[in-house]
Amino acid sequence: MTDAFRNRIDLELTVNGEAVELTVPAGRHLIDLLRLDLGLTGSHAGCEHGVCGACTVLVDGAPVRGCLTLAPQLGGADVWTIEGLTDRGLVADLQAAFVARNALQCGYCTPGMLVAAKALIDAGGTPSRAEIREHMSGNYCRCTGYEAIVDAVETVARDRAEGAMS
Amino acid sequence: MKAQVGGYARAEDMAHAIRLLADAEGMGRVLAGGQSLVAALNMGLSFGDLLVDITGLSDLRGVREEDDRLVIGALMRHADVATDPLIARHVPLLAQAAPLIAHEAIRNRGTIGGSLAHADPAAEFPACAVALDAVIRLTGPDGEREVAATDFFRDVFETEMREGEILTGIVVPKTQAGERHVIREAARRAGDYAIAGLAVVIRGGAHRIAAFGTGPTPLLCTVAMERLDAGDVDGAVSALSDALDPPSDTQGSAAYRRHLAGVLLHRIATELGEDV
Repeated sequence: MTDAFRNRIDLELTVNGEAVELTVPAGRHLIDLLRLDLGLTGSHAGCEHGVCGACTVLVDGAPVRGCLTLAPQLGGADVWTIEGLTDRGLVADLQAAFVARNALQCGYCTPGMLVAAKALIDAGGTPSRAEIREHMSGNYCRCTGYEAIVDAVETVARDRAEGAMS
Repeated sequence: MKAQVGGYARAEDMAHAIRLLADAEGMGRVLAGGQSLVAALNMGLSFGDLLVDITGLSDLRGVREEDDRLVIGALMRHADVATDPLIARHVPLLAQAAPLIAHEAIRNRGTIGGSLAHADPAAEFPACAVALDAVIRLTGPDGEREVAATDFFRDVFETEMREGEILTGIVVPKTQAGERHVIREAARRAGDYAIAGLAVVIRGGAHRIAAFGTGPTPLLCTVAMERLDAGDVDGAVSALSDALDPPSDTQGSAAYRRHLAGVLLHRIATELGEDV
């Protein structure tokens, strides 16, 4: 063993638009950095091996698995969670559609669902239901049976496309 | 569970990365996108590892042309492979394969080098490398070397890589005129590992078929290839079935996997206009 390897890593990154400086254990993943170190408990730790999607957050504009993203690798990264996206109103239409369509029950999967759906919606166009299903297939929901989630995402995609045309 | 790692170091350049791995005395693990490694660490399958983060090695990013070959850097993420114009033009098989891998959130971080080095038997890129007759480029304490993809994959999660080596890229012949590439897989859900899959390349009129999810490593199905070359699709399906020795598990029985592989080969042949 050599002292080139560190057990604790000093990090500077941006979370929800705010500069953050902290020291994390070498094995810390992003979702624990957010929840335990920063108290941002909106993103959820579900399976912790990349399958369920409850921990999906944005890093440098792209959705990633918070549980599979090692915090020491995030120096200089720009991270957005459901808290920041909500504050800025960036997923307001998706949130309204999820409520209107009852696309959640317990809500555990919802922050991850919204981040995954945001990436699809922001890409533009009006994805088909099959494309929505394909895109959302990495996010588990154990309550709704997915139909209402697909409805909500479809509605927002259509509304935004119509808004862009008018 | 939480990852229990022994330490973390960010490599500044290739020489530094090689030195870090040597210093780790067998406990070193190369960390890139981390989409398999961090999952394994979280599950406690491995602990005390000394992580050597190679994501700062900019030489391992990007795609460049070397005469009639394309060199794809190990740090190219699946999402990059799916959209890179040089890959789309010269190695469409990889561009077709990338969207089949896991989900967007994972494709945004997982790398092609990581996929090849991890050598999951159900993974798409290792099978593509075999079908394309690609070469894997490695750097270690003794310098650079190249290993043919057909020799690289030894067993489940086992490759020809030696202790202290880093996979730096994959070298793929550019498509020739008339070359065709197809990859098809059967999975229960979009993004799941394939229960069975086939990557097919037709180059110079000759077929190359690599099966994945059907054995410990991607398998080049040589007899089925000869049958397809002769225009005998049913013979190729039968030869494929003989060649495969798939596992039975919760995803499917060996017989079901063999059957699926045959169905996929029929579909691919139809798509290529050969099933007459």
